[in-house]
Amino acid sequence: MSTIEMPAPDRSIIERRGEIIAALAEAAGEENVISDPAETLAYECDALAAYRCPPLAVVLPHTTQQVANIMKTCSRLGVPVIPRGSGTSLSGGALPTADAVVLGVSRLNRILETNYDNRFIRVQSGMTNLSVSDAVSAEDFFYAPDPSSQLACAIAGNVAMNSGGAHCLKYGVTTNNLLGVTMVTTAGEIVEVGGPWCDPAGYDLLGVICGSEGQFGIVTEAVLRILKKPEGARPILLGFNSSEVAGACVADVIKAGVLPVAMEFMDGPAIIACENFAQAGYPTDVDALLIIEVEGSDSEIDEQLAKIKKIAKQHKPEVMRESESAVQSDLIWKGRKAAFGAMGQISDYMCMDGTIPTSQLPFVLGRMSEMAKSYGLAVANVFHAGDGNLHPLILFDANKPGDQEKCEALGYDILKLCVEVGGCLTGEHGVGIEKRDLMDCQYTEADMEMQMRVKDVFDPAWILNPAKVFPMETSHSRRTHNQPEKAA
Amino acid sequence: MAKLETATDEAMLAEQVRQAFKTRTSLEIMGGGTKLTFGRPVEAENQLSVGGLSGITLYEPAALTIVAKTGTTLKEINETLAAECQQLPFEPANYAGLLGSKGEPTIGGTIACGISGPRRIQAGAARDSLIGVRFVTGEGEVVKNGGRVMKNVTGYDLVKLMCGSHGTLGVLTELSFKVLPNPETTAVLLLTGLSDEAAINALSAALTSSYDVTGAAHTSRGLDGEPVTMVRIQGFRKSVKYRSEKLREVLAQFGPADIETSARTKAGWKWVRDVEGFAKEKGAVWRISCKPTDGPKIVADLQSLDISNVLYDWGGGLIWLAVPEAGDCGASEIRRAVSNHGGYATLVRASVETRRKIPVFHPQAPALEKISRDLRQKFDPAGILNPGRMAPAEALELEES
Ligand SMILES: Cc1cc2nc3c(=O)[nH]c(=O)nc-3n(C[C@H](O)[C@H](O)[C@H](O)COP(=O)(O)OP(=O)(O)OC[C@H]3O[C@@H](n4cnc5c(N)ncnc54)[C@H](O)[C@@H]3O)c2cc1C
Repeated sequence: MSTIEMPAPDRSIIERRGEIIAALAEAAGEENVISDPAETLAYECDALAAYRCPPLAVVLPHTTQQVANIMKTCSRLGVPVIPRGSGTSLSGGALPTADAVVLGVSRLNRILETNYDNRFIRVQSGMTNLSVSDAVSAEDFFYAPDPSSQLACAIAGNVAMNSGGAHCLKYGVTTNNLLGVTMVTTAGEIVEVGGPWCDPAGYDLLGVICGSEGQFGIVTEAVLRILKKPEGARPILLGFNSSEVAGACVADVIKAGVLPVAMEFMDGPAIIACENFAQAGYPTDVDALLIIEVEGSDSEIDEQLAKIKKIAKQHKPEVMRESESAVQSDLIWKGRKAAFGAMGQISDYMCMDGTIPTSQLPFVLGRMSEMAKSYGLAVANVFHAGDGNLHPLILFDANKPGDQEKCEALGYDILKLCVEVGGCLTGEHGVGIEKRDLMDCQYTEADMEMQMRVKDVFDPAWILNPAKVFPMETSHSRRTHNQPEKAA
Repeated sequence: MAKLETATDEAMLAEQVRQAFKTRTSLEIMGGGTKLTFGRPVEAENQLSVGGLSGITLYEPAALTIVAKTGTTLKEINETLAAECQQLPFEPANYAGLLGSKGEPTIGGTIACGISGPRRIQAGAARDSLIGVRFVTGEGEVVKNGGRVMKNVTGYDLVKLMCGSHGTLGVLTELSFKVLPNPETTAVLLLTGLSDEAAINALSAALTSSYDVTGAAHTSRGLDGEPVTMVRIQGFRKSVKYRSEKLREVLAQFGPADIETSARTKAGWKWVRDVEGFAKEKGAVWRISCKPTDGPKIVADLQSLDISNVLYDWGGGLIWLAVPEAGDCGASEIRRAVSNHGGYATLVRASVETRRKIPVFHPQAPALEKISRDLRQKFDPAGILNPGRMAPAEALELEES
């Protein structure tokens, strides 16, 4: 049983199902509309799989113009639209309602322009994150943001969620690597925001579109910064017998002026799960593992790693092991990137995503394990330590009555803790439905009002992903009163 | 214009704005007063100073985070960070010389104007370092967005929207930044005598190498009057040495490069950052953002203008142009050339009359103009904050028709 509520579907929309499907077919071509309930089922959820609801219909356009036609149609008919990339959202961002049309961009998957001299690529938004990097790899370029889901997730979802990745400590997250988008407004107008140059001519609309969780418009194309690959990269594994010591080591590395590309943290349960899954060579008898990666030529890497090792030694690590080959490096990352999958093999879990000031790491880790104990649940931690973005994985048994509710309650407590110590509810997965009702822990009514006013500008009728990001109560009047005249 | 009593805290400032909203009294927002002439002239009844909101409220070097009140001078922030061997990533510029103003720039003014220096190409813009804001809306409401942590996608990113909004969406009161360690050392590769086109090709070669360039600029008239092309590399000593040698090889096709590591390099980049070469120059100053390799093409398209100085930063993606202050200061030609290639042009310096006549900010597509106008209406419904500064399209349309 699920505990996060969604609004009751609008029956008057469901009753017009036939009319709506016919209108979509006209807007985007019959072959691009899915209405058979057996097939729409594939779109009933994203990676927050505890919440499911088949949509009224799914439409998978091939062109931006078709997207524009669809938006015009849905606006005219007053039908909610759920934008969808690859459906890997962990916060329910792509969760449909029964009265909504899912607009998927998976067929918009072409490269439009690659320009190495000016370091950008223009792609359609349905391309997967990894395929963008792959497309420029032969020239030794890459696209920096690398979510662990990069094999599957689409640029569309990355832009909507402002996704991060393991290497964002050095290269930043999606918003720092996004130069422009082509977006279809709810009125069906095609707008270009930004472009392959730096900074906006006026207000930073691109900045607020990125991370707007599919609530402002349908992004169909993106201009992305690509970078030349570093000459090389090498991770080092550091094992400690306490999370606190590992946390202190992270702080000292940063303070010393070394800026690794990545500093990933795993606690005991996570280490064991990953090791069993990937045989990455992780030491399984330590309580905390750091993967620190630095980049450059061999000698530059040696220089940086020497500094890191010197600092680490002051914290008396149990294990200190530098990767000795490309194969070993890949394996170390394979273990980390497979963390969620590995945990999934041993238990159901929910992945939290709060960020805390790194100085609070030891306190929060300690407090979190106390809280888990009081709920009788186990928590495994895998996270980006350099920037304080935690990913506590709360383990539970979906078949055990009441366990999911308990898990969600613990999750809420953990996220509140993150906010209390000066952090935030979500560092990279987005609010979606999952953290929607917690927004008022972090933001006042006035804070949320200004955010919602921005949505009012982009989506006056609130038809895009309406019941997300803001607490149901807070967005209620807008969702129910801002409706345009419904077609008779 | 009357000066309001200087607010000593955010609550007092909010009350002042609330009163102004009630009475529909327009306000010019004033930080250090160094950039009041950036933008269309503001015609306001009162001046609202944020100078009383000053001081660093939190600084955690190990978390790479600093939080400061809006009126804190850049100088104070830079010095505080330097004491811990850290710095603001975006290398904020000081335009006082360029704009002929006095005083110390504040962090609030720098962010309101969205000003980023040479390191922008490697470490991101002002908006990329900014991780949290507090501001007072045009209705006098105190609003926060973002926070003090580096990764935060909770709700919409109003932080970016506020950066570069020139005080027209709200009065900034407090700002949080991600900071970076100071590099241990800096080296600059210098090439001389290159044409603009060759220079930009050289900078592109440097920027598309693996050697992590933190500055890439070119001027056809360096300190001794000759063209100079500069590539900056920073980091640990051995690494900088290695990369400068490698880059010298990369650049060999464009000519022999000198490697400079003395303290003079710092002055050189300050010269680029603050556009010092234009300070004594008379006339209007334009700032163009474009694709780097389009830089020289745009300048070539503008042969008919009497351009007196050109400086390329950001590998060619940022062009500073000085032209005589006459007619429309080349606005129509410049904007046509820029639009042909893609990008935008901002009139950073010109007389009051000129800035009233010519849109300072590049006109945008109607759909984007409308979104911007609607946003301003939502944040400042009575239009009392810095009215006119971002040259609202309506006003200009009226003038044109
Ligand atoms: C195993 C696993 C690992 C993960 N690791 C990471 C990680 O390391 N870092 C990270 O940040 N995230 C991670 N995620 C979360 C997820 O992959 C990201 O949020 C991703 O960006 C979602 O992309 P998607 O294409 O699947 O989007 P979807 O799930 O389809 O949609 C996500 C959101 O984007 C909106 N949207 C989709 N397309 C559009 C469009 N065209 N226009 C406007 N809005 C649109 C949707 O409405 C929804 O709100 C992980 C997820 C999984 C399952």
